[in-house]
Amino acid sequence: MDPRFSDVGSVRADLEAANYLADDGIAGVVYLADRLQKPILVEGPAGTGKTQLAKSVAEISGARLIRLQCYEGLDEAKALYEWNYKKQLLRIQAERNSEIEWDTIEDDIFSDEFLLTRPLLEAIRADDPVVLLIDEVDRVEIETEALLLEILSDYQVSIPELGTIEAKQIPLVFLTSNNTRELSEALKRRCLYLHIDYPEMEREKEIILNKVDGITENLADQVARIVRSIRQLELKKAPSVSETIDWARTLILLGIDQIDAETATDTVNILLKYQSDITKALKEFAQSDEFSG
Amino acid sequence: MTTTESPIESADDPSSGGSPMLDLLSGFIIELRNAGLPVSLTENLDAMEAVKHIPMEDRDTFKYALAATLVKNHSHWKAFEVVFEVFFALRGSEYEISEDRFPDLDDMDDDQGDTQGQGQSQGQGGGGGEALSPEQLAQMLLDALRKGDQAMMRALARQAVRRYAGMEPGRPVGGTYYLYRTLRNLDLDGMMDQLMDQSREQAPDGQLSKFEERLERDEYNDRIEKLKKEIEAEIRRMLVADRGVEAMSRTLRKPLPEDVDFMHATREEMNSLRKAIYPLTRKLAARLARKRKYGRRGPLDFRKTVRTSLSYGGVPADPQFRFPRPHKPEIFVIADISGSVAAFARFTLHLVYAISSQFSKVRAFVFIDGLDEVTRFFDGVDDIGEAVHRVNTEADVVWVDGHSDYGHAFGVFWERYGKDIGPKTTVLILGDARNNYHASQSWIIKEIQSKARQVHWLNPEPKSYWDTGDSIVGEYTNYCDGVYEVRNLRQLEGFVEKLI
Repeated sequence: MDPRFSDVGSVRADLEAANYLADDGIAGVVYLADRLQKPILVEGPAGTGKTQLAKSVAEISGARLIRLQCYEGLDEAKALYEWNYKKQLLRIQAERNSEIEWDTIEDDIFSDEFLLTRPLLEAIRADDPVVLLIDEVDRVEIETEALLLEILSDYQVSIPELGTIEAKQIPLVFLTSNNTRELSEALKRRCLYLHIDYPEMEREKEIILNKVDGITENLADQVARIVRSIRQLELKKAPSVSETIDWARTLILLGIDQIDAETATDTVNILLKYQSDITKALKEFAQSDEFSG
Repeated sequence: MTTTESPIESADDPSSGGSPMLDLLSGFIIELRNAGLPVSLTENLDAMEAVKHIPMEDRDTFKYALAATLVKNHSHWKAFEVVFEVFFALRGSEYEISEDRFPDLDDMDDDQGDTQGQGQSQGQGGGGGEALSPEQLAQMLLDALRKGDQAMMRALARQAVRRYAGMEPGRPVGGTYYLYRTLRNLDLDGMMDQLMDQSREQAPDGQLSKFEERLERDEYNDRIEKLKKEIEAEIRRMLVADRGVEAMSRTLRKPLPEDVDFMHATREEMNSLRKAIYPLTRKLAARLARKRKYGRRGPLDFRKTVRTSLSYGGVPADPQFRFPRPHKPEIFVIADISGSVAAFARFTLHLVYAISSQFSKVRAFVFIDGLDEVTRFFDGVDDIGEAVHRVNTEADVVWVDGHSDYGHAFGVFWERYGKDIGPKTTVLILGDARNNYHASQSWIIKEIQSKARQVHWLNPEPKSYWDTGDSIVGEYTNYCDGVYEVRNLRQLEGFVEKLI
């Protein structure tokens, strides 16, 4: 199968055109995943654009995005495939009075027509190019992870009644994890690993300029710098990129073009969601008369 | 998981076919394994495949690509980076040792109309800026820092190392000494002050508000950190060129974060451990909650079983169970905070409190030769670090001379709080049991054990040191349900998991 991207630079440029600013690491790993035909396991703090990466890659490669949201209790029937029992029953009843042999009926009801595809199988069977996103894979129990292994390493699904279904085209697979638990070795071994951290100040500024309409370069710079300083504190929950963008938008709505201590104090609750974090940030940055008011 | 080295390497060798890149890579992977990273055979093969697709000249991308195939745990990134920097120190165009390019430096000289810049030709051995005086070097560095000019900083870092580090070929050192010498000569603190002064002057009304001041400072700190990194990298490059890849990586090898010994951690390691503990607690809490939900089955629910049996014609084919009653232990932590084990105790307090949502009640006691309850410092506090700090400074734990006396401390505990111990209580004792030859009073532990649900002792010393010198952990062992060696995060994590 033809590779999707010609070199790392083009991945980066394409992503940028799709409004996703990647750094060297991200672009390189996406490129590599395409070449090696391996899934990417994306880890990192919440709100740094892990899911968005998959969406943007789907966009630039002109692929359909198939998404499997993981949760506790996810099972085969929700992730892989399920037999359509109702339809099977109808079929059996319809054939009740006819002369057809039972074997034939049995063959018949365990055929494609009665199979309900779920995201994983759908991604495998698709004719058109797809990007498969398995979101928040750390939410499923460790036993359920095993469901994914076959599809991740061989791009196939085995259905006992039908046999093995192999992929018509190799989908680009993204798994995201918020790292609430250690994923199994078996899963990690099959994937390329990408850690997306909070962006560097310069990149964050670019992101803000890119995502927030009507923001001045100067304001974006200030926002990025303040956020960087806040992230250096030890907080319960550091501001994510999306919160940074929200903050910048709020400032625009309020018609602010220069952040001073007062505006920062008034709007900091958009960046920080815990009272203790807010108190701490205010204390850190004030240390004097100006901020305390 | 470093045991599989030799067969794997020999299996790979034929395919590498003597290509220098693959040789380098297999050496690289051996070193990663030596550093403790669990690199499997599949990952090894992936890396070999990966280097075919990513050109090494694109150094950052190359690094990330290799990491994507080899490092599957973010806490191992640092260790990977060190090995990578050593192994690929001399590769990549802009990182060559050769002296032929200092374009920025020369440009800079010309810009300033500095006559000394003119005389330099490309071929001059010691590098472009040799003719600069220390003052000029400092001035240019200051400019570069103010503008945040990365390329310039790199060139100047090189100069500084050449000039100040005083490297001696063949000396078996890791480079810390050279780094220290270079930084001392550069006086970065002084530069920081100058930069801040300049910012203040440029501010509209001649001074910065506290808020702006803080932001400026963070900005310059960031740039200075980058400069330090450049200097470090330069020193490393020179050392690798001098001593070779293997020797250097051996010198720089450090334990992974989860294997760092609490008792011997450096300050830097302590900081990274402190950062590691937050995700760890979150992870543990999630795992414990999950385990509690799925791990056990409650007793048979008779009514429900009969009800479901109706659908099987009255045969109880599908027995139903009650939802398990969550069992939430009370925890008493009794921690030695004398100098020798303070760091360890602090960690464990951190951890226990951070997952305290899993316990119905946590009470903490600290002692040296006296004992004090410190639960109050934690009540309603969001910032555990702060609370632990208050414990260390405010708790009243000295009775006579401030040397550990377990016997007396346990006596105080028993007298004041012994009655609070009940059948739901789990008691954790943290300490090395180095008692300075005082009486052990181990009968107290025996009494505690008979009242409490469980008594565990966590000892931060290696097992082989137990019961040597004034360590009397053996006298307490008989009365504990378990005595564990807990010297690093890995062991601590393992213990907490076992606790519930």
